[in-house]
Amino acid sequence: MALAPKKDLTAKIMRSKIYSLLLQDKRIDGRKPTDLRPIKIETGLLSKAEGSALVSMGSTKILTGIKVEVGVPFPDRPDEGTFTVNAELLPLASASFEPGPPDERGIELARVVDRSLREGRVLDLKKLCLIEGEKVYVLFIDIYVLDYDGNYFDPSLISALAALATAKLPRYDVVDGKLQKTGEYFTPEIRSLPFTVMVGVIGEKFLLDPQLEEEKVLDVSLVMGADEKGNITCVQKNSPGQVPLELMDSIVDIVIEKTGEIRRKFLQEVPVKLAESP
Amino acid sequence: MSRPERLIDENGRRVDGRRADELRPIRMEVGVLDKSDGSAYVEFGGTKVIAAVFGPREAHPRHLALPDRAILNCRYHMTSFSVEERKPLGMTRREIELSKVIREALETVAFLEEFPRAAIDVYVEVVQADGGTRTAGLTAASLALADAGIPMADLIAGVAVGKVDGQLVLDLCDLEDKYGEADMPVAMAPRFNSIVMLQLNGRMTVEEFKRGLALAKKGIDEIYRLQREALKKKFSKISPEEV
Repeated sequence: MALAPKKDLTAKIMRSKIYSLLLQDKRIDGRKPTDLRPIKIETGLLSKAEGSALVSMGSTKILTGIKVEVGVPFPDRPDEGTFTVNAELLPLASASFEPGPPDERGIELARVVDRSLREGRVLDLKKLCLIEGEKVYVLFIDIYVLDYDGNYFDPSLISALAALATAKLPRYDVVDGKLQKTGEYFTPEIRSLPFTVMVGVIGEKFLLDPQLEEEKVLDVSLVMGADEKGNITCVQKNSPGQVPLELMDSIVDIVIEKTGEIRRKFLQEVPVKLAESP
Repeated sequence: MSRPERLIDENGRRVDGRRADELRPIRMEVGVLDKSDGSAYVEFGGTKVIAAVFGPREAHPRHLALPDRAILNCRYHMTSFSVEERKPLGMTRREIELSKVIREALETVAFLEEFPRAAIDVYVEVVQADGGTRTAGLTAASLALADAGIPMADLIAGVAVGKVDGQLVLDLCDLEDKYGEADMPVAMAPRFNSIVMLQLNGRMTVEEFKRGLALAKKGIDEIYRLQREALKKKFSKISPEEV
């Protein structure tokens, strides 16, 4: 059962401050409305996980680990590997996160990242098949929010992509219909790099990548993503509130521009060569 | 259900004979359940949804109550037999996510501050799923809220637009949802010309996205008209003795 979150009463005062700054194209942390916070990407920090990445966007920190198993394919896609995305808002990340199984926010985050990876066609799942109809690679992409200072969506997708792009999967030989580890490892091909940008609307103005103080007072927010070809790969309105229809055109255009900025940063930090995309 | 060779034929007709910008036959009825405070039944072609509202009533557990407004609980749920392959009982991750986005859309228009410390519960049951269940559910839920007498800034009307065989279409059916390239559920508060729910499953170009929103708006205006008609129909039927 979904419950309405409590509204912070001091937020009303903060809102008028943030809004009046926005009218002058300013923000509380000195950014311009369309500036993103600095992004830091570190990969391969962990040895037990087949892939890992620690990403920060301002002081929001996300750790993603990938575990790989051999499993059975879905009956309707016998020649494809599978992946699942999970996300947890850890209690150490914020006083407002509680221990326990992922709540609706964690589930929403996981499903937004999952859709971005799937619809962006990041992985060639056919190349993750070992024995058709029987054995395939199964990737568990697990996202943990370590420090929550607003907008956990964008850095989560960045960390999932960074962990995938640097993952080392064990190679197998098929001997008499059985799998044998060869002792070698390979990195899955990355065909596309879709990123998202969180957009917050206050009045008739909007800002990108809200930090927590801003996120608390937004009238409404949405997460939009695009790939390198300019396809929209993700849209999720993720809070109560109304998005004025006439704002959408300028929002889409800035999302294309800013996802490009994240992509350039990503390609500088993460050793990845994009494979032929579909 | 396998993929038809083509989802749009040479005459521009879709699998069910519709044109690209055509809605399915829509049926709406307000006040279909006896024991809830408000209810509505909505049908978009093969998609059949019932929504019911309880409240405003005392919030349980009590510590969840808010001093300045009512809490709005929402559960979107599919019956086990609503889909081709039986859906396991209990809430799936998809249903939990959709409950959240539907609740957030309703919170946008309901005057919750009229009922401090109270709770309003909204239940959406998908009886049969044939594409566009969350938008049909939200359309029904907003009717049920109105039927329960909850003051609202506007009704919410929703519809899915999508991309099928490279073409933008309005009000996806199940086949188009499954085998098309994109499914974008949109809901609006038409009085304010604003979006209250927006998601995308699939991918489309920027140009298609912008045109898709305009196409959704066209469908939503018609659905909104039908909603008001359905409400009027119920409340004009009530005789003075019943009031």
